[in-house]
Amino acid sequence: MLALFAVGKAQAHPHVWVTMKSELVYGADGSATGVRHAWTFDDMFSTFATQGLESKEKGKFTRDELAPLAQVNVESLKEFDYFTFARANGKKADLGAPADYWLEFTDGLLTLHFTLPFKAPVKAQTLDIEVYDGTYFVDFALAEKEPVSLVGAPQACKLAVARPGESGAAASKPGEAFFNNLTPGSNFGAQYSNKISVKCP
Amino acid sequence: MPVTTLAGRRKAIVWFLLLAASVLLLALGSDAFAQFGVPRAQAPPPGPDGIAGWLLAKQAEFYRMLSGTIRAAKTDGSAVWLLMAISFAYGVFHAAGPGHGKAVISSYLVANEETWKRGIALSFASALLQALVAVAVVGIAAALLGATAGTMNRAVWWIEIVSYALIAAMGARLLWVKGRAFLREWGSMRAPRSVGAAATRARHHHAHADHHHAHDHDHHHDHDHDDHSGHSHGPTPDQLAGPGGWKRGLTAIVAVGLRPCSGAILVLVFALAQGIFWAGVAATFVMGLGTAITVAIIATLTVTATAFAARLAATRTGYGSLALRGIEVAAAAVVLCFGIALLAGYLASERLLGA
Repeated sequence: MLALFAVGKAQAHPHVWVTMKSELVYGADGSATGVRHAWTFDDMFSTFATQGLESKEKGKFTRDELAPLAQVNVESLKEFDYFTFARANGKKADLGAPADYWLEFTDGLLTLHFTLPFKAPVKAQTLDIEVYDGTYFVDFALAEKEPVSLVGAPQACKLAVARPGESGAAASKPGEAFFNNLTPGSNFGAQYSNKISVKCP
Repeated sequence: MPVTTLAGRRKAIVWFLLLAASVLLLALGSDAFAQFGVPRAQAPPPGPDGIAGWLLAKQAEFYRMLSGTIRAAKTDGSAVWLLMAISFAYGVFHAAGPGHGKAVISSYLVANEETWKRGIALSFASALLQALVAVAVVGIAAALLGATAGTMNRAVWWIEIVSYALIAAMGARLLWVKGRAFLREWGSMRAPRSVGAAATRARHHHAHADHHHAHDHDHHHDHDHDDHSGHSHGPTPDQLAGPGGWKRGLTAIVAVGLRPCSGAILVLVFALAQGIFWAGVAATFVMGLGTAITVAIIATLTVTATAFAARLAATRTGYGSLALRGIEVAAAAVVLCFGIALLAGYLASERLLGA
């Protein structure tokens, strides 16, 4: 019966496709302060989301015109922890609500920009970040080129990225996704997780 | 504004659960209710495996081809045929994933003693209704009224709530009807059996040799039971369709078909933006056809498997009729659980859209 309820939550076929680029932002003292995302939505969802919105020039939207929609997006994302799950040395690291966020509309595609601040700056040998939707309503894919970069990180830090299904360095340890998967049906999308890992000596 | 209402939504859901409960009571109280339509919606079935993973990958491909072909159809008329082909395939594959009422339809068919033919008819009718609702939502809200995505989401949200509540109500009603039938059957079986047992104690051999006899006996009781309930309880699939006919089926069609597929809505809005709404409408119906085929196949398999299991139980144990009642009760419980689960959990689906 419990399983049934879990299944009820899992949509498990994506209706939104996101191409993501992310930056890990570091402070002057070498600790990570936040994750800066740029998520580009697919054309159908971009069209759907902007349907009926007022704009001065037809078919184009300025950042200001999209501001209310950006707010809606960001507030909606809160319930899903922004689909972003961080672990410092294997322990969960909490991310706060984004302070700066905006949408841009380019060539018919919406891109949502936002920065998730760590509640406490993270200084860890291993920082793992996973991006996925457990219910798999949204499919996340890292951008082809330079999907992840480090901003202001100490020189010695090494970045590893693994796309869904890849077993890169970032995927070597069972992460949150693995444990969540022990409950069948509840977190189906975790197997489509994008894994970012930073190791600093 | 859409998202601020997340808390409000929860309240609304609780409210609706209460409403559903009262609808339920109504449904339990009167058979007439069934004729007015206790609908039901989509149920996400079980988790993934290798095949499901492959299907999901295919979906992504089709999805991207869909938007590409709609774009192309704007200038190139022949792309419309490709669009239809992709839409059909998308419908078939899409429905293979969780959702689209497969589990609810299948459970409903089992619980309600429907034949596979009716299962197919129900699958097609509900898919057709689903397409109609999607076209109506986008056609009226977006094309005519110029509504925003948020407005459309809210409309769909209400449709979903109603649909899920109807599924739960339908499940509850089935559970009530089938549960009572099961208990009656059980009671009527026990009575003769204890008489038999008394006799058996004296002549042990006889009881075993008389296995056949016991079987007949059960059947006899079946028929007595039928006279009271007005239901036909024959064990073959053809006989499984009870009375009540299409009115009862309509209920199921509305419950499952009410909720439009998000994929269809996205396609329709996209086609509208490209200035070829009609292509989106055509694609939606072709998609529905594909969905119907998948759902019908699964429904048919379920019904056939159940009938087979029931027949097996009948030959092996002589408890066939009781076993069948038991299966029906379980299936009715599944429908109810899906309804409740959907009501409680479907919130997860529409979030990013910020309804």
